[in-house]
Amino acid sequence: MSGLRILVPVKRVIDYAVKPRVNKAQTAVETTGVKHSMNPFDELSIEEAVRMRERKAPVEDILAFSAGPTKSQDILRTAMAMGADRALHIVEEKTELEPLSVAKLLKKVVEDENRNLVILGKQSIDDDANQTGQMLAGLLGWAQATQASKVEVEGDTCTVTREVDGGVETLRAKLPMVITTDLRLNEPRYASLPNIMKAKKKPLVKKTMEDYGIDLTKRLKTVKVMEPPPRQGGGKVEDVDGMISKLKELGAL
Amino acid sequence: MFSAARQTALRQARSPCLRPRVTSPLSRDVALARLLSTLAVLEQREGELNMSSLAAVSAAMKLGGSITGFVAGSNVKAVAEEAAKVEGLEKVIYVDNASYDKGLPENFAPLLVENIKKGGFTHVFAGHSAFGKNLMPRVAALLDVQQISDITNIESEDTFVRPIYAGNAILTVQTDDSPKVVTVRGTAFPSGAAEGGSASVEEGVDPKAECPTEWISEDLATSDRPDLATAEKVVSGGRGLKSKEEFDRIMPPLADALGAAIGASRAAVDSGFADNSLQVGQTGKNVAPQLYLCAGISGAIQHLAGMKDSKVIAAINKDADAPIFQVADVGLVGDLFEKVPELTEKLKQ
Repeated sequence: MSGLRILVPVKRVIDYAVKPRVNKAQTAVETTGVKHSMNPFDELSIEEAVRMRERKAPVEDILAFSAGPTKSQDILRTAMAMGADRALHIVEEKTELEPLSVAKLLKKVVEDENRNLVILGKQSIDDDANQTGQMLAGLLGWAQATQASKVEVEGDTCTVTREVDGGVETLRAKLPMVITTDLRLNEPRYASLPNIMKAKKKPLVKKTMEDYGIDLTKRLKTVKVMEPPPRQGGGKVEDVDGMISKLKELGAL
Repeated sequence: MFSAARQTALRQARSPCLRPRVTSPLSRDVALARLLSTLAVLEQREGELNMSSLAAVSAAMKLGGSITGFVAGSNVKAVAEEAAKVEGLEKVIYVDNASYDKGLPENFAPLLVENIKKGGFTHVFAGHSAFGKNLMPRVAALLDVQQISDITNIESEDTFVRPIYAGNAILTVQTDDSPKVVTVRGTAFPSGAAEGGSASVEEGVDPKAECPTEWISEDLATSDRPDLATAEKVVSGGRGLKSKEEFDRIMPPLADALGAAIGASRAAVDSGFADNSLQVGQTGKNVAPQLYLCAGISGAIQHLAGMKDSKVIAAINKDADAPIFQVADVGLVGDLFEKVPELTEKLKQ
């Protein structure tokens, strides 16, 4: 029976409660001075890895990973405060990395660090791509279970229930594999103050893109970013009859 | 015969040294449209073609060029023949093999890659459904291209429009990758006619890749109501319904009175009022019905992401300051436990 050597990639994104604004030049969303946090789906990934250990699954270690600006270290510390053992940060200040590049980077990390289970969020709430986990599984040639709402590990076999259109389906695969988390998987814990203090002492290794020698040329060119056309509320009606007649007027009934 | 000749022409045209470049912009566009060829990945389930997956065909029609459908599974020839009647399709490729029935990406991705390479397609489109989301990034990675997810519009053969940040920004991206692997938002490309086409049906290549994943079981919510993602009308309930009992008492009669599908906010789903598969929003389903009528939903941005393209939005909420009223065409401030049953009664008349 092999132990679980888990990799949890996390991404620093604009906090989910913040309403993003498009910048004046229409080239991107304004990020300066905006509150950032860990991508909510990645919190679920860390939580699940930690719960596996708490459920006495043979977890050898949990490595949290992030590629991005120096500030991403905050969320790696959060991941460690939640229970990850150590962290790896690939510092990249300038470029926004595309899912394919991240997947290639993660493939190297998986190989370097001898991982056998990668748990990612199903999508990041900034670019909403929903690709990285599947791409990584493809590059590694591993089994994948996306949008997991339940994960059970028994020996080196993983049984995963996943959210699909219209319900759930259950899959089983032997390690190594890639799992991506859906919202229903768990309820992430808050990092306690003592754990936040302890996390400051856990190892955080910094590397650069050059250390990995991957061609990170962007494949997609941003032509423009725009605000969606504003939707004007049509005002309120007094009662149910008013609602019905307005709906008829709008041709919805 | 004709298609074989066209394939050759296509291959030649792609290597600039073999053919002089056409310079006039207009004739170049015409020439370009002739050279575009899209593989539209279609979904099937137990021998039934999934009509919502035809959004891939509608999107390809908007792009121009030839369109080939693709289906795989056991005894899938009948599905291929059904798909051959879909307007816009020139050819349907099918691969008859039971190992593709569950759409597991571990073997379905290599299958697609083989057929994409063989057909020399310039574009590969699939719906941004659970199947498409699971499969297509794996295909893109194997082809070493950066996929473009959940597009809502096509500007040109290499430029696509998609929502980001839960629909709070609209991104236009351009790609030089080939082929261009794209998933399309079903509500943005309503499927056209499933009749009237006369595509040829052809067997595809089957690389028979190993699948390390075993499919165990599924549990699908059964419903006689219209499918949430494609329904003309949707009624949706939120936390304001207070309990599963109340949700089940209040919402289904309203849905029946309208012939609508039922949706729910994340709060309602998390509290166990409604099934997960009913969730509308950034992490649930995107809907764009003629009428979206919601009760007891405040209108968080994650929810709005999934429904703000609805033609008409109506909201009932007791909080006059709820953000839902900023987007609703018709708002009614009041107690949903009174107003919804009243509305249901009056609609029945």
